[in-house]
Amino acid sequence: MNESNVYLQDLSRGIIKENPVFRLLLGMCPVLGVTAFLINGLGMGIAATAVLVASNVVISALKNFIPNQVRIPCFIVVIATFVTIIEMVLQAFQPVLYEALGVFVPLIVVNCVILGRAEAFASRKPLFRSLIDGIGVGIGFTLALGLLALVREVAGQGTIMGPDPDSAIHLFGAGFEPMGLFGQPAGAFIALGLLLGIVNVLFKRFKIQ
Amino acid sequence: MIIIEEKLVVSSSPHMRSVESIQSVMTDVLIALFPAALMAVLLFGYRALITMVISIITAMLIEAVWRRKRDLFSDGSAAVTGLLLALTLPAAVPWWLVVVGSASAIIIGKQVFGGIGYNIFNPALVGRAILVVSWGGHMAGDIWPSPQPFAFGIDVSTVTGATALAAPEIAMTFSFSELFIGNIPGSLGETSALALLIGGIWLVYKGHIDYRIPGGFIATVFVLGAAFGGGFYGNQLMTGLFHVVAGGVVIAAIYMATDFVTTPVTPLGRLIFGIGCGLITMLIRLWGTLPEGVTFAILIMNAATPIIDNFTIPRQFGGVNKSA
Repeated sequence: MNESNVYLQDLSRGIIKENPVFRLLLGMCPVLGVTAFLINGLGMGIAATAVLVASNVVISALKNFIPNQVRIPCFIVVIATFVTIIEMVLQAFQPVLYEALGVFVPLIVVNCVILGRAEAFASRKPLFRSLIDGIGVGIGFTLALGLLALVREVAGQGTIMGPDPDSAIHLFGAGFEPMGLFGQPAGAFIALGLLLGIVNVLFKRFKIQ
Repeated sequence: MIIIEEKLVVSSSPHMRSVESIQSVMTDVLIALFPAALMAVLLFGYRALITMVISIITAMLIEAVWRRKRDLFSDGSAAVTGLLLALTLPAAVPWWLVVVGSASAIIIGKQVFGGIGYNIFNPALVGRAILVVSWGGHMAGDIWPSPQPFAFGIDVSTVTGATALAAPEIAMTFSFSELFIGNIPGSLGETSALALLIGGIWLVYKGHIDYRIPGGFIATVFVLGAAFGGGFYGNQLMTGLFHVVAGGVVIAAIYMATDFVTTPVTPLGRLIFGIGCGLITMLIRLWGTLPEGVTFAILIMNAATPIIDNFTIPRQFGGVNKSA
């Protein structure tokens, strides 16, 4: 196997075969919590991706200096550092998104996707591969959040690009009465379950293992 | 020497056979629901008929498409689900709401779990719960049209009000015979306790439902209503009776809490199930924010069914207690 092939696999694995949401069911808390609107879902995905890439790189660089017995606390410290940075950046430049995401931004610290990649990949593999892996998993996470948020916003609100009324595009006209269920947490579970079912059917159909 | 005239057939089990099939049982349930459906049309006019037809056809179509079967009626369970859902809807709901409710009852309530026999929750009530959560404005509040007996052409959506359960003052405007016969605002099929009881007696006579579930359910509602209902309608006992005949307790106790798939199979478990349904219903009615709690009571008890079954396994005849 040549060099570029390995990197390509690292990238695509996180998006398709080991998609953190649809295949591994990791990081469900923000997936269910912030996907009522597309913008919130994508914002959350991008914030988590930034933390994931940065922490993957740093942990991979430090892997020879981290004692095995205390590796989890070390990972958490690295991740928490980047989460704090992201939180401050969001607060400064995207206050509306920061308000909408609320407690889920600090909760990125305990997101299993990020800790899982640190433990399973970054702490064992070379730096550049960890970087690619972080980008791939981040894209997969963001895509999944965006897809779920798109379904929930279209069905539950009848809009795209809400909740801000200036940017919101109403898809079905004024007479449309949205299905309020999908705007609520219970609807998040149902929508996620249906999407998981569809993804599983597609994987079986195209024989992706 | 004894000569055996008839030859003895030696075969493996099962030895007891029945002519009953899922289809025949479901047809019996449809027959049992006929009086309630007839009362709905008599009271709420042609809109009730349209709602029921849309709901049943949607349910059967979705089921047939999902299972890739040409047979529309098939085992009849989809028709029962569709009719039960329609009977829990207000008379003036728009047609698309019925379609969405019926489709989600079949898809989310039943088929995603693997179809008939595998669903955890009562499909009709899943459909209703989804509608209540999604379009509360169409499903609850002052949207219940007053019935117009034998006036089939009248547009039912003109005069609307709250159901008898909303407040004691509203309850007092209906006489007890009106509540029993069903001449009150409410869901299509829930208002007439009389028609529902006729169908219920037929089902018990045919042996399709166990009296323990409706019995436990209705008795619990009566006792709690008498004890904590507030004592309007003259005295405590009448308040208890009011809580039984008003709202959806009768239809739920006879037709929904006795669903074969989602309720316990042991006799004691069925009694516990019925009592639990009555308890949660009255908790929601008396101390909750919603006027009616039958839907969520049965759904919650559906979730508890495996636990109830697990703890009420009867001792085998001739068996011994396992020493702990």
